[in-house]
Amino acid sequence: MESVIPILEFKKTCVSYTKQTMAVKYVSAAIDRNTITAIMGPSGCGKSTLLRAVNLMHSLYPNIRVDGEILLGGENILSMEPIDVRRRVGMVFQRPAPFPTMSIYDNVLSGYVLNGIRLSKAEKDATVERCLRSVALWDEVKEVLNKKGTFLSGGQQQRLCIARALAMQPDVLLMDEPTSALDPIATAHIEELMQELQKEVTILIVTHNMGQAMRISSKSMFMYLGELVEYGDTAAMFSNPSDERTKAYLTGKMG
Amino acid sequence: MDNANIKNRLTKDRIVLYAVSLFAGLMAVPLLAILGEVLLRGYEQLSWSFFTEPTPTAYRAMKAIKAGEPIPGGIANGIVGTMLMLAMAALFAVPIGILCGVFLAENPKNRFSQFVSFLTDLLQGTPSVIIGIVVYIWVVVPMKGYSAIAGSVALSIMMLPLIIRSTEETLRILPASLKEAGLALGGNRARVMLRVQLPAAFGGIFTGVLLAVSRVIGETAPLMFTALGCSFIRFAVDKPISAVPLLIWEFFNDPNLQELIWGASLFLLLFVLTLNLTAKYLAKKWNQ
Repeated sequence: MESVIPILEFKKTCVSYTKQTMAVKYVSAAIDRNTITAIMGPSGCGKSTLLRAVNLMHSLYPNIRVDGEILLGGENILSMEPIDVRRRVGMVFQRPAPFPTMSIYDNVLSGYVLNGIRLSKAEKDATVERCLRSVALWDEVKEVLNKKGTFLSGGQQQRLCIARALAMQPDVLLMDEPTSALDPIATAHIEELMQELQKEVTILIVTHNMGQAMRISSKSMFMYLGELVEYGDTAAMFSNPSDERTKAYLTGKMG
Repeated sequence: MDNANIKNRLTKDRIVLYAVSLFAGLMAVPLLAILGEVLLRGYEQLSWSFFTEPTPTAYRAMKAIKAGEPIPGGIANGIVGTMLMLAMAALFAVPIGILCGVFLAENPKNRFSQFVSFLTDLLQGTPSVIIGIVVYIWVVVPMKGYSAIAGSVALSIMMLPLIIRSTEETLRILPASLKEAGLALGGNRARVMLRVQLPAAFGGIFTGVLLAVSRVIGETAPLMFTALGCSFIRFAVDKPISAVPLLIWEFFNDPNLQELIWGASLFLLLFVLTLNLTAKYLAKKWNQ
């Protein structure tokens, strides 16, 4: 029966920074397991805010309120412990942020260290190799695992961050404009990688880039002024948007 | 606009530039003058025995002066005392200061943190002589005697605000993504602080500690109430102990030992300069 329950479901999710203004307004949507879902929209439409609600990043900032429900495998994360949620929901940020004091090896394992989980040397080696292979970084860095992560190029750093998130074997991977700081070649690498990764993990990606949404996602959300305007199959939305605002955005009249 | 007006303005601009540069240059004069004075008067006394032997008695010094020989002995008792008290002061002040700085950086906006922040500023402005007399009441009186411990308590109180501020500021300027990335991996705040933020801030915090040490190394007044002084080399923490700045004061007050003032001053000055330069170098390296 578990396959019937969507891996992630927003139910009237609202996020507000101040009492008067809502950044995300009553978003309801169900995300299918092992898919890539793109969240698009102009700057300030609330797409990153919605994404950051999923791993309870907002709980860091006491002024931000999240209302409604966000169900992870049927369980409302808003009543769960942040630590438990974040172990099951990985995140990749806009700017690659490998931990500057840690080696490449330790960066991959940092999730375990931060959760106080001890691994044997063999388990560590296996985890590092598995994760770096799954982001196609292993061959490039296997000789320099003890060097600092910041020594890598931007694209490699971002793949290292993805490997770091995957090491915890999350159900969902949140990506907040993961390629906006990268060059086209590095971007193509990451997009290719995401296609592979969706076999293991459900990906929710915020993107400014319509071409990227079209290339990689099976479903897309279009948000405008905090509202979820349209949600459906990416191909259908791009060829035949049902809302005027979506159409205006996709044709470049708004954005 | 006519040409004369523009010319006039450019001239004024130039005059102000010259004036500002002149005063900036003048600012270097006191430091260079002090350094020159101390170097010229002090370099002759620097010898191996100056760093390895304790202060001579006034009688021995007098005999040497009468015989036309250089004054025997050195400032080893002061160097040992200074190092011992600095180490203990750092031992007290570094953990407390870092924890306090972490608190201020992580809780920027509540009443308690504003209160702590205000107290830190007050402590920074408290005259050292007052800290000395208070530590005398708190430590020397109950322990029934002057001691290295009492001296290091006074010094550690003076170091605290500097360590707190440097920790707080260094943690604040770390990119927020670092902390968020740590939390997003499921770490709790304490672990993310310990494993991610503090290691990333290490350079800045270490620089702050060095500056705090160089700030208190020359403190004399608080040590007069607490460490008192001692004429031989001693490693006991519960007994009176000497320190280089205390020695300078003692030499000044003893006509037979006045020759030693300059060597001791030179040592202190060079030590502080080295600490400062090291701190600067580390800060630069860390910022890259």
